[in-house]
Amino acid sequence: MSRVLITGGRVVDPSQGLDQVLDLLLVDGQVAELGENLTAPEGTERIDARGLVVTPGLIDVHVHLREPGGEHKETIRSGARAAAAGGFTAVVAMPNTSPPIDNPAAVGFVRAAGMRSGGARVYPAGTITVGQKGEQLAEFGELQEAGAVTVTDDGRPVMNAGVMRLALEYALSFDLPVSVHEEDLNLSYGGSMNEGIIATRLGLTGIPNAAEDVMIARDLFLAELTGGRLHIQHVSTREGVRMIREARARGVRVTAEATPHHFTLTDEAIESYRTNAKMNPPLRSAEDRDAVRQGVADGTLDVIATDHAPHHYDEKEQAFEDAPNGIVGLETAVGLSMSELVHTRLIDLPTLVERMSCAPARAFSLPGGTLRPGSPADVTLIDPDLEWTIDPEQFLSLSRNTPFAGRRVRGRAVRTLVGGVTVWTLPSR
Amino acid sequence: MAQALFPPLGKDLVGLEGLTREQIIGILDTAEPFKEISERPIKKVPVLRGKTIVNAFFENSTRTRISFEFAEKRLSADTVNFSAGGSSVAKGETLVDTARNLEAMRIDMVVIRHSSSGAARFLGERIASNVVNAGDGKHEHPTQALLDMLTIRDHLGRLEGVKVCIVGDILHSRVARSNIIGLRTVGAEVAVCGPATLMPARIEELGVTVFRRVEEAIEWADVLNVLRLQLERMQAGFVPSLREYNRVFGITEERLARAPRQLLILHPGPMNRGVEIDSAVADGPHSVILQQVTNGVAVRMAVLYLLAGGKPEAAEAAKTEVAL
Repeated sequence: MSRVLITGGRVVDPSQGLDQVLDLLLVDGQVAELGENLTAPEGTERIDARGLVVTPGLIDVHVHLREPGGEHKETIRSGARAAAAGGFTAVVAMPNTSPPIDNPAAVGFVRAAGMRSGGARVYPAGTITVGQKGEQLAEFGELQEAGAVTVTDDGRPVMNAGVMRLALEYALSFDLPVSVHEEDLNLSYGGSMNEGIIATRLGLTGIPNAAEDVMIARDLFLAELTGGRLHIQHVSTREGVRMIREARARGVRVTAEATPHHFTLTDEAIESYRTNAKMNPPLRSAEDRDAVRQGVADGTLDVIATDHAPHHYDEKEQAFEDAPNGIVGLETAVGLSMSELVHTRLIDLPTLVERMSCAPARAFSLPGGTLRPGSPADVTLIDPDLEWTIDPEQFLSLSRNTPFAGRRVRGRAVRTLVGGVTVWTLPSR
Repeated sequence: MAQALFPPLGKDLVGLEGLTREQIIGILDTAEPFKEISERPIKKVPVLRGKTIVNAFFENSTRTRISFEFAEKRLSADTVNFSAGGSSVAKGETLVDTARNLEAMRIDMVVIRHSSSGAARFLGERIASNVVNAGDGKHEHPTQALLDMLTIRDHLGRLEGVKVCIVGDILHSRVARSNIIGLRTVGAEVAVCGPATLMPARIEELGVTVFRRVEEAIEWADVLNVLRLQLERMQAGFVPSLREYNRVFGITEERLARAPRQLLILHPGPMNRGVEIDSAVADGPHSVILQQVTNGVAVRMAVLYLLAGGKPEAAEAAKTEVAL
């Protein structure tokens, strides 16, 4: 029988409305007890959490682990370990690999590799359409049976509205959330950054907000029509935030993500053609960034996800338009979210835990997101005031592509437990 | 033209953005003495003797490459031309690898043209050689703007206060961007005119007036810089047809006749006669299109000379040196 007793920490668990100093006992991979001055028999591993925040394990529902096909950027093992180092106890792996995860065998492969990783739990996502071609629905039932927790063509939108309607309807049979990358390719075609004065000055083709907005509008209407579970990834526009807010008020079943980069940076980060700030959807204006922040604060964007997108250094070492989209995010998410949202008093710590643990678990029907007795013993210990400098050389991810190198942040995950086992501890502690 | 001291250009010329008025005027002034070299029977001075320059053209160009090559040869540099079609780029070599290889051959300068915006800057940041941007994507084409400014100054005697309207596809034009930046820096007033589909977002924030109708532009301007309408823009649906474009935005004799003053007509070439400009205008008395080409060589000589460490005040003396 394995026992872990975490003592003296500030337990923040919005799923139970908890925010107080308590002890937490984990037994055989499950939460056993929460209370004051808990005792445990000899042989129990003790973790002194005084001065730390003890939260249900953080869950990132949007990461790219690149395996199969892109193992030089990331493997399931390296990604799961990077996740643990960022304080995440579970991640949802996007299926836009090569080949894509559009069949049960591929889902099984991701799941098995995740189990062997020794890091965060890895939940596979399957594709919405076969080969991510946007034409024929993948076999949702078989994908789910093999372990897929959502379907998404992430990296690409489902351009055909009829196919999207069928996806939302068909997913109802399995109660699967349909996660969507919202981009009208006809409007974004050829674009490599946000449309605006900076793109004009740099001579780069811009992607207008409308490329995202028209698809968000379409899919909100389709979710309303079908009653399906829609999850909108990485919202970057003010209009998008507004439409999601209004749709939810009408009763549409929609959840939505904010990423740390979209609530931290604007397209000014592209100056000098910095390819490490190139991503899709692109970094947008200050008004958009502020709307995303507000969306996180009021719960319109109920999930914080990283869209962790590793790329090998030489792939980013190109002329801007030729470089791939995306940045790594697993190991910077807590520092950025704490610094940008909590320490600025935009939201409080329980709300952050809600956005990074409870809500993602609910949105994707995942175990975890709570410290109720009987739940998986997935726990993150956060030092809310630890100041540190983001140093990509220290990342456990195989890739280093971040625009945040050298940035000072405050707040960091210092220990991560999955199933009651410590999978990562900050080396200096 | 009097030579004045001005701040050095730095290692590279990737664009006119960031240059001061003194630097831009300084380049134009330095170009003045070099104009005369092209008029001589033996068009050569030894200013860059022993220097190796690579013209790295990752994108097709005939006139810009030839103009640079003439400038280099007239300054006695050794030149090598490199074009993407016949290079390892076609085999997948990256820009940074190409740069490293060029560097390993101990060259002194690279003149680069590339289809990606920012490519010249990218190269300049990674190699020790001087880099001159001969056009990068939709970003800048600084020597074209400099030769346009030199040509305007030749005819109007000044740049400050001159009203220049750039007409055509502003969205995809590096010439337009460099002209806007350069002309505004030296005190000219700049406007743009073209179909709204070919106008970049928030262009007015660059300090330009936007005219929707070419008649308004003609009424306002002292100079029209007419840009080429690329055929692929029509195929991509930015404009419905060449015929319609000519009818609505074409610079015709008839339209110019209604101008309140005589306009100077520039065009960076190559021209689509009968599309953005009528032959009668292109070949007419107010067209300075061929002089732009002549000035292009002088401006490029000036830029190469200055980047190689030449002193602006010594440019006049440099032209009297005898080539061996």
